[in-house]
Amino acid sequence: MKNKNAVSKRALIIQRMCLAPYSVWAALFIVVPLLFVAYYAFTDNSFQFTFSNITRFFTATSSIADENGAAREVRTYLLIFMRSLKLAVISTFICLLMGYPAAYIISKASSRVQSILITLIMIPMWMNFLIRTYAWMTILQDTGIFNSMLGLIGLRPVHIIGTESAVVIGMVYDYFPYMILPIYSVMAKMDEKLIEAARDLGCNPFGVLRRVIWPLSLPGVFSGITMVLVPSISTFYISQKLGNGKFYLIGDAIEGQYVANNLHFAAAIAFILMVILLACMAVFQRAANRRAAV
Amino acid sequence: MKMKPLARFYTALVMIFLFAPIAILLVFSFNEAKSLSVFSGFSLYWYRELFRDSDTLGAVRNTLVLAVSASLISTAMGTAAAVGIHKLRSKYLRTLMDTVTNIPMINPDIITGISLMLMFVFVGRLFGAATSLSFWTMLIAHVTFCLPYVILQVLPKLQQMDKSLPEAAMDLGCTPLRAFFKVEVPEILPGIVTGLIMAFTLSLDDFVISYFTAGNGFQTLPIRIYNMTKKTVTPKMYALATIIFFVILALLLLSNLTDSESAETVRKAREKRKAKKEKNT
Repeated sequence: MKNKNAVSKRALIIQRMCLAPYSVWAALFIVVPLLFVAYYAFTDNSFQFTFSNITRFFTATSSIADENGAAREVRTYLLIFMRSLKLAVISTFICLLMGYPAAYIISKASSRVQSILITLIMIPMWMNFLIRTYAWMTILQDTGIFNSMLGLIGLRPVHIIGTESAVVIGMVYDYFPYMILPIYSVMAKMDEKLIEAARDLGCNPFGVLRRVIWPLSLPGVFSGITMVLVPSISTFYISQKLGNGKFYLIGDAIEGQYVANNLHFAAAIAFILMVILLACMAVFQRAANRRAAV
Repeated sequence: MKMKPLARFYTALVMIFLFAPIAILLVFSFNEAKSLSVFSGFSLYWYRELFRDSDTLGAVRNTLVLAVSASLISTAMGTAAAVGIHKLRSKYLRTLMDTVTNIPMINPDIITGISLMLMFVFVGRLFGAATSLSFWTMLIAHVTFCLPYVILQVLPKLQQMDKSLPEAAMDLGCTPLRAFFKVEVPEILPGIVTGLIMAFTLSLDDFVISYFTAGNGFQTLPIRIYNMTKKTVTPKMYALATIIFFVILALLLLSNLTDSESAETVRKAREKRKAKKEKNT
C-alpha cells in the first residue's frame, strides 16, 4: 500500500512537471500580451491613463467625397469597421453557399476520391496567401486575364480591381478551404442510416436535406463560419492589393497605426475589435449550443 | 458511390476556381517578358534571377530554421502539456487550461501579433534596448501560435487511449516515466506527428504574426514576399511560387505514399496475427 502511494505521488509530480512549462509559457505569452493590449489602449504616449484612444475610435471624423463629388463628414473608424463587417459577412456567406454543396458532394464520393479531393482543396492553403492574392490582382486588372477572356467571348470588359467586389473575391478565394474542411469532416462522419430512415419514412430529398442533413451538419457550419469570418474581418493585405488601398478595413487601420508608430491607438483598435469579436462569439456559441440541445 | 453528372460538374467548377490563379502563376513564371498578364514566350530567365537573389534565398533559409525550431519546441512542450491537462482532476483548472489554449486560435492573427509586439516593445524599453524584435521574439511568437494546435492533436489521442494500459505497465513494475515512454507515447504518436506537421506548416506559412514580431535583421519568406509585392512584381515571385507549389505537391504525394504503405503493413501484420491465432486453435 505504501509503495502504491509513493508511485501515485511520483505520478502527480510528473503530471505537474509536464504541465509546468506550458502553464508558464501560456501565462507569459498568451495572457500577459492581451493585458498589454488593454494597457496600451487605455494609456497615452507617456503611459498615463486615458480614454482618448477609445473615444478617438468612436468620434474621429473625416470628409469623403460621395458619388456626386460632394464632401461628406463621416465617422472614420466606425465607417471602416462597418465596411469590414459587411465585406466579411458577404464573403462568409458566399463561402458557405459555395462550400456546403461541395462538402456534401465530396463526403458522398468513394473514399479514394474523397482523399484526393480534400488534398486538392488543401494545396492552395499551403501556398503563401500573399502570392495567391497578388495573382488575383493581376487576373482582375483592367487589362488582366479576366477581361481578355471576357473579350474573347465577345463581352465588354468590366472594371473590378479597386472595387469592393474584388476584395470579396480575394477573401472568398483565400478562406474558402476553411469553410469546406470543417463541414466536410462533420458530413463524412454522418450516419448514413439516418438519411435512409428519413427516406424510408417518406421524406422527399429536400426534406432530408432540411430536416436531417442540415441540422446534423450545423457544428461544422458554425466552425466554418467562424474560421472564415474571423480572418476576413481582420485581414489587412487583401484590401490593400485588391481594393487598391481605397477600401480601408479594420486590419488596415491597425496596421497603418502600427507602421506610423501610434502603438497606443493601434492597441485601442485591436482592443475594440477583440471585445466585439468575443461578444459575437459568445452569442454565436450560445446559439450553437441551443441548436445542439434541440 | 459514383458521382452524378451535376455533382461532378460542380466539383470541377470549384477546382477550377481554386486552381485557376495557381495555373496562371505557373504559366507566367516562364514568361520571357516582365509582364504578368501578356505571355510573350517561354524562358527560364526568372528562375535564374531567383537563384541569384541572395535576399530571397536567405529568407528561405531563415524560414526553415524558424519553422523547424518552432515546431520541435511546440511539439515537445505541447505533448507534455496535453499529458498534464489530460490528467487534471480539477474541473476548474481544466476549463481554465482549455480557455487559455483556445485564445490564440479564436483571436485574429493580427491581435495575437499586435499583443506580442506590444509586450516585446515594452519589455525591451524597460531594458533600454532600442529594438527588441529579433529572431528570438519571432520564435516565441511562432511557438505560441503553434502550441494550441499540437495540444489539440494530442489530447484526443490520450482520451481514446485505454486508461488501464499505463496502469498495467506500472503494476508490472514500470516506473511512471518508463510507462509513459513505453506505453503512452506509442499510443499517442499519430497525434504527436500530426501536431508536428501542423506546427511546421503553420510556422512556414505565417505572415501576419511574423510581420508584427519580426526584427529588422531577420526576414522570413512571407515577409520577403510582402516586401516584394510592395514594389512592381516581376515573374521572379511567380517562379518562387511555382517552386513552392511543386515542393508541397511532392511532400503530399510522399506522405500519401507512406500513409498507404504503413496502412498496408498494418493490414498485413493483422492478417498474420489472425492466421497465427487460427493455427493455435
